[in-house]
Amino acid sequence: MEIVLVSLLNGLVYGMLLFMLASGLTLIFSMMGVLNFAHASIYMIGAYLAFTVSRLIGFFPALIVAPILCGLLGAAIEVWGLRRVHSNGHIAELLFTFGLVFIIQRSVQMIWGMLPMAYRVPPSLEFSLFTFYGEHFPAYRGFMLLVSAGMLLALWLLLKKTRVGMVIRAALTHPQMASALGHNVPMVFTIVFAGGCMLAGLAGVIGGNYQTTEPGMADAMGPIVFVVVVFGGLGSLLGCFIASILMGMIQTFAVVINYSMLDLLKPLGVTLSDSNLFTEIMMMPVARIGALLPFVMMIVILLFRPRGLLGTRDT
Amino acid sequence: MTDLALRLTDVSKAFGLTRIISGVNLDVAKGERHAIIGPNGAGKTTLFNLISGRFLVSSGEIRLNGERIDGLPPHKINRMGLSRSFQITSIYPKLSVFENLRCALLWSMGYYYSFWTPLWIQRGLNERTDKILEDLNLTARRHTAAGLLPYADQRALEIGMTIAGGASVILLDEPTAGMSNTETDNAMELIRRVSKGKTLLMVEHDMKVVFDLADVITVLVYGRVIASGPPHEVRANAAVQEAYLGALVAA
Amino acid sequence: MSGTRSTQSAIWTVALLVAMLMPWLFYNYHTGRHSGFVVSMLSQMGMMSILALSYNMLLGQAGLFSFCHATFFGVGGYATIHFLNMAGDGGLPVPMELIPILSGLSGLGLAIVFGYMATKQRATAFAMITLGIGELMTTAALSFHHFFGGEGGVNANRMIGHSLFGLKYASAVQVYYLILAWVVLATLAMFFLTQTPLGRMANATRDNFERAQFMGYDPRMVRFLQFALSGFFAGIGGGLYAITYEIVTFDALAAPLSANALLMAYIGGSAVFGGPLLGAVLITLLQSGVSLLSNSWLVYVGVLFITMVMFAPNGIMGLVLAHRPVARAGLMGQLALPYLRVILPGLLMVLGFVGLVELTSFLTIGAAQGRTLVLFGNRIDVHALLPWLISAVLLFGGGFWFRVEARAFHRVWERLMAEVAPARALA
Repeated sequence: MEIVLVSLLNGLVYGMLLFMLASGLTLIFSMMGVLNFAHASIYMIGAYLAFTVSRLIGFFPALIVAPILCGLLGAAIEVWGLRRVHSNGHIAELLFTFGLVFIIQRSVQMIWGMLPMAYRVPPSLEFSLFTFYGEHFPAYRGFMLLVSAGMLLALWLLLKKTRVGMVIRAALTHPQMASALGHNVPMVFTIVFAGGCMLAGLAGVIGGNYQTTEPGMADAMGPIVFVVVVFGGLGSLLGCFIASILMGMIQTFAVVINYSMLDLLKPLGVTLSDSNLFTEIMMMPVARIGALLPFVMMIVILLFRPRGLLGTRDT
Repeated sequence: MTDLALRLTDVSKAFGLTRIISGVNLDVAKGERHAIIGPNGAGKTTLFNLISGRFLVSSGEIRLNGERIDGLPPHKINRMGLSRSFQITSIYPKLSVFENLRCALLWSMGYYYSFWTPLWIQRGLNERTDKILEDLNLTARRHTAAGLLPYADQRALEIGMTIAGGASVILLDEPTAGMSNTETDNAMELIRRVSKGKTLLMVEHDMKVVFDLADVITVLVYGRVIASGPPHEVRANAAVQEAYLGALVAA
Repeated sequence: MSGTRSTQSAIWTVALLVAMLMPWLFYNYHTGRHSGFVVSMLSQMGMMSILALSYNMLLGQAGLFSFCHATFFGVGGYATIHFLNMAGDGGLPVPMELIPILSGLSGLGLAIVFGYMATKQRATAFAMITLGIGELMTTAALSFHHFFGGEGGVNANRMIGHSLFGLKYASAVQVYYLILAWVVLATLAMFFLTQTPLGRMANATRDNFERAQFMGYDPRMVRFLQFALSGFFAGIGGGLYAITYEIVTFDALAAPLSANALLMAYIGGSAVFGGPLLGAVLITLLQSGVSLLSNSWLVYVGVLFITMVMFAPNGIMGLVLAHRPVARAGLMGQLALPYLRVILPGLLMVLGFVGLVELTSFLTIGAAQGRTLVLFGNRIDVHALLPWLISAVLLFGGGFWFRVEARAFHRVWERLMAEVAPARALA
């Protein structure tokens, strides 16, 4: 029981982190049709920048400075790079962001080195929020939840209550129409792209010391974020939210489940004698192949409901 | 019943709450040249899209040579003998003109999904393609990338690709759109030639083309048929005149 | 028409001859041995050529953007290891020369299953499904011991004792010629495919999905078949990999290899049949050569890639072929001076960029590894200001100058293009 509750909480934390990352990507993807491969790379930059900035002026200022820098970087990428490629079609944009991944990856290694960074939780947050069945729930996780919830609220307010937000929402589901109505769609694109990168950067600031800050972190987070975006559906932030929490829960719970598919079938009297690949798959505890689950889910949903959970358009 | 190449019975189409087509009944006899006209937004292209399987009907039936085709995917409808051209030129821009036409012949000549037949030695296929090229007056452009052709030539190619497969029912969506007078005359000549012995259903805005080519004209306004018959009847129809010229006629 | 055909055939023949003779150019007559490095690199080029060409069956020819191409390469490799083991034990009487067929069939089998799923959707959904498949298979290869051998992979001994020509394949050179023979076979087969109804309709479906439907073809079926066949050839490549290295691990089917396939096909030129082969040769060369000199070759490849995406989407072959109408009109000479004027600042710009990248790299990574930057025999102090200044000036100064010359070049190019007749189709 305690495992369930602890995993629930941890799953929530991880899910919210995923949402911070995925929301930016959903916005960018829904509006511009560009699947930004470099999104997780920006997340990584956010973490590294936060590390450096917090060394210089402290963690809490870094919380603001690092995302802003990431947003500026995003704006620069969009204006000088992505926009030029836009006329060559979606594939070209995809390829462009794809190439960015290599460059960012290596640049990070060059600037900060190949070893993980000692990006630690700030001492002020390094206490236990409460004890839970004998397990400490670190205050930092509570902080993460706070920041992500706050960001969610800010995003919601921006989109629902401001004029810019209204234009963005319109362009989210009907980009051509918004353009036809005379809105400066290129400018909106830049804002959305930069905004998405800011969100990714913020996620990096927080996630960087929840996970390890090292050059491989983009590759670790990247695919999962795509799964979330696809699963949640195009044009829907709510879908993205649900998908993020879902994936967060699945990944967290999967790690603690030590049963395998064979264990499920044992009560039915099924036994396996031979030793081959099939039996190995059946006997593998879920914990070991938990990493597979999101991808299986993504494939399944793309096959049967390509618009995702709550998407307004087909992927 | 089987004299009819195409029969639409009570066909309606709605996108969400918006009705585009309401209760359209249309009969096209075999060998007939049938034009559909109407003001912009009347739903003419949508009707084409319904017939050719691009969209699903919300209600009603469409029969091709007596067999139901509504609900079938476009490639199946095509194999049953219906082919269409598009309002916005729809060709293979990166392939040469010759290749564009040859592809149009592949299925009807039985090549299907073969990946073991080398095309360069298929004499029958290549000769037929060259013949069509000649008919279209595009032999000089044989090796040009289709995307680089001048507009009128692209439209001619479009028509060529539509009829190449030997379909018995041909749908042409605004074939002369954007053409000059000479180009229109050439196109009309081409259409007359290639539609000999076939059933032609055409959406057109150019009245000269319509009244010259068509045996029967159907007028579509706001998704409904308001008149259908031989040209002289339609021309004299008061409802048609009002739809096109509005209150001016009444005054 | 015949002029281009014979030029093309000539180029391919020359390329083949060069490939056959290369190992002997690096032969050490004193020791009686071929350069191991060169033979290894040539073998790698061969395998990667097949990978890139088979990938282009999807990207360039069918307009399909797949992220799991390496899966079929890898599975072909894994299967071949098992075939080799079986053959070595006497349980599989197949000569070495024909083993790659079995590799191909393995890739084909898997591609049929995955292709059926993936081609149900179009465009981005298709790409995402392949992404999922790729990640799935990588995790599977790391987790399962049967067939995949887990993290350690599986290995075999390629001296199975069966051969059509009585060869032992103990030496790397023999393996290279086996690879070369299969590269020739695979390339011919893939080229043949482009001239068949399926190959043509794959192009048609790429250019215009809907139009293909109205020609009686189910575009989904076309894509499915193309996907399956590309998996066949990828499998062959994987088989050759297994034979060469005698060990296959999850690297052989992981995302970086799929990314590599994309890079090679795109940079070489996805619009022309031979482009990916050129790309494979080039990238392998860069990988082997530049990585000896610099840690940062990925940055250079990334920048090259992005530059091509932005300014030369048809790849290197595309750039070369764009000159065809000019060459045919005999006006190439007019481009000589403009090219010179563009190349010079371009070179300076590249030098400046390389300088900055290397300096940065040595500041952090190199320092940790205890290396110092040596340029033309001079030790360069990465902490001094001067090298940084010089590199920055080269990059930005060269950049500005380049922009001016590039604009002038563009004007000359446009003028020439307007003079010559419209281009023939590339396909």
